[in-house]
Amino acid sequence: MTLLEDPIARSLPVEPPRPGAQTERRRPRHRGRRVLDRLSLWVPLGLFLLFTLVPLYWMVLFAFRPSGSTSLIPWPITFDHFASVWNGSGFGIYFQNSIITAGATLVVSTVIALLGGYALARFAFRGKTLFLVVMLCTQFIPGAMMLIPLFEIFNTLGLTNNLISLIIADTVFHLPLSLVLMSGFIRNVPVEIEEAAWVDGCTRVQAFRLVVLPLLKPGIVAVGSFAFISAWNNFLFALMFMSQQDRFTVPVGLSYLLGEFGADFGALAAGGLVAILPVVILFAYVQKFLVQGMSAGAVKG
Amino acid sequence: MTVAVPRRRSSQGGLSPSPRGRQSPIARRTRLYPYLLIAPAVLLVLVFLVYPVASVFFYSLQHSNVTQPWNDGFAGVDNFTRMFGDPLFWQSLRFTLQWVLVEVALQFVFGLALALLLNRTFVGRGIARALTFSPWAVSGILTTTIWILIYNPATGIGRYLADLGIGEHGTSLLSGQGTTFLAVVIAELWKGVPFFAILILADLQSVPGELYEAADVDGAGPLRRFVSVTWPHIRQAVVLATLLRGVWEFNNVDLLYTLTGGGPANSTTTLPLYVAQTAIQSRDFGYGSALTVVAFLLLTFFSLLYLRLTKRGAES
Repeated sequence: MTLLEDPIARSLPVEPPRPGAQTERRRPRHRGRRVLDRLSLWVPLGLFLLFTLVPLYWMVLFAFRPSGSTSLIPWPITFDHFASVWNGSGFGIYFQNSIITAGATLVVSTVIALLGGYALARFAFRGKTLFLVVMLCTQFIPGAMMLIPLFEIFNTLGLTNNLISLIIADTVFHLPLSLVLMSGFIRNVPVEIEEAAWVDGCTRVQAFRLVVLPLLKPGIVAVGSFAFISAWNNFLFALMFMSQQDRFTVPVGLSYLLGEFGADFGALAAGGLVAILPVVILFAYVQKFLVQGMSAGAVKG
Repeated sequence: MTVAVPRRRSSQGGLSPSPRGRQSPIARRTRLYPYLLIAPAVLLVLVFLVYPVASVFFYSLQHSNVTQPWNDGFAGVDNFTRMFGDPLFWQSLRFTLQWVLVEVALQFVFGLALALLLNRTFVGRGIARALTFSPWAVSGILTTTIWILIYNPATGIGRYLADLGIGEHGTSLLSGQGTTFLAVVIAELWKGVPFFAILILADLQSVPGELYEAADVDGAGPLRRFVSVTWPHIRQAVVLATLLRGVWEFNNVDLLYTLTGGGPANSTTTLPLYVAQTAIQSRDFGYGSALTVVAFLLLTFFSLLYLRLTKRGAES
């Protein structure tokens, strides 16, 4: 409730129609100043949009354009590159591996973050500060640093060439952010609502499930999606832990396409598009929650 | 404010009927709750983060090379003294510094500008935000894929520009020593600016509107408003964002590993990339661990120094 009534959430959708108020306030101003105002917004913003979108368009162009064409529009359109990447280069299997890894990371991260985040948001307990400090310190650890010892651990456990090792590594690496974000979202749910439920005879678990959880939906979506995205994008762990081709994830598959001498650019672009679609769709959907989660106290926490 | 809530929760007994709630079995169980709830997270962190970090410190004192198993054993400080005579170590250290400074400075300037723009009220703001933020969700390896297509002389934008008479055919930014740096910096900016903007935008939204109205009444211009109202509010977030980006750019391996492979002639090899190469390609875990320890200590030292300096700046 509070989350939905948050000013950020309200302002995010395209501005609600309040034209009367806007123009009335603007009218007394000089017309020239207004034009200048718009220009100072749209010229730099346009440049940012170009810088962001042209590279993305370039990939789309190569993915759908027949090999050898120099047209700047993907027409005549072809799906040959996708077929060759999906079947020939094994992206079908990589995609499946990536979905399994990222999906499992999403579920595990969200559950652990819900439990831990609730403890951090609602309880004072001994060792809490220490735990938070350790979480912060983990941000300083280079991923490359963990390659060697994690490889040894998973080797001992017999988990190399097993997606479980990736799920564990991705979950752990993303855990600090998941926890801090989630506890921020939980803190935003007023304690009073929970207390009211206790008074009405709910146990703590019932109150959480029936009252807090429904209000946490945006938080759960955000935390889960970020865990998914970070697991989906992870490259180094997958490269190090997986040596059999049928265990590769999409980023590893892409790196092999990149490494081929005289790369097939159409196939490369198609593979890139396969890699980007799930995250970009997800990101467009959750980016407002990201801004929200950050201002919900994650940054200041 | 954030502290106030948990503190109230700690006096659990206040809600239960007995005033000495701490002694009752229910309250005792309640006191265990936070530990039970946080246990899975703690367990994972201990086994898969804290233990590995400790073992890196252990390995840094060992000879451990998969390709030379007969040599394995205690090494003392051999791995560290080897670094002093390793030109690649010094070169990577220098490049790491250059890389982090340039990236963070540029991301700060552009990220702040983007956040200020996206904080204004206009039609289509939601879409503009989603579009300009989207590269953040893209992986390092995918960024490489995209920019390879752009930089390649056969497929890139340069070819179309050359057709129009701008630049020459057949040149690639990724081939020359000087231009390679420019090429990776641009590619990383594409991915890095959005997150900087997200962090700052989140904070910009917490600036009370009345302050701007008051500044308007006082006749403050846009620059004055920024210096006196906006900046003091977002300063803390800027410090945090620059620190985080600095740490991440330091640790960034994916993009450089795949876009340049650290080349040409190791000119774009950062210290963590050197670690990754030592670990993945040479399988020399002992030396790799020692390099890692140095990287970790340097990063921690500079992070603390940065926090200290920015704190002093705030007080003066």
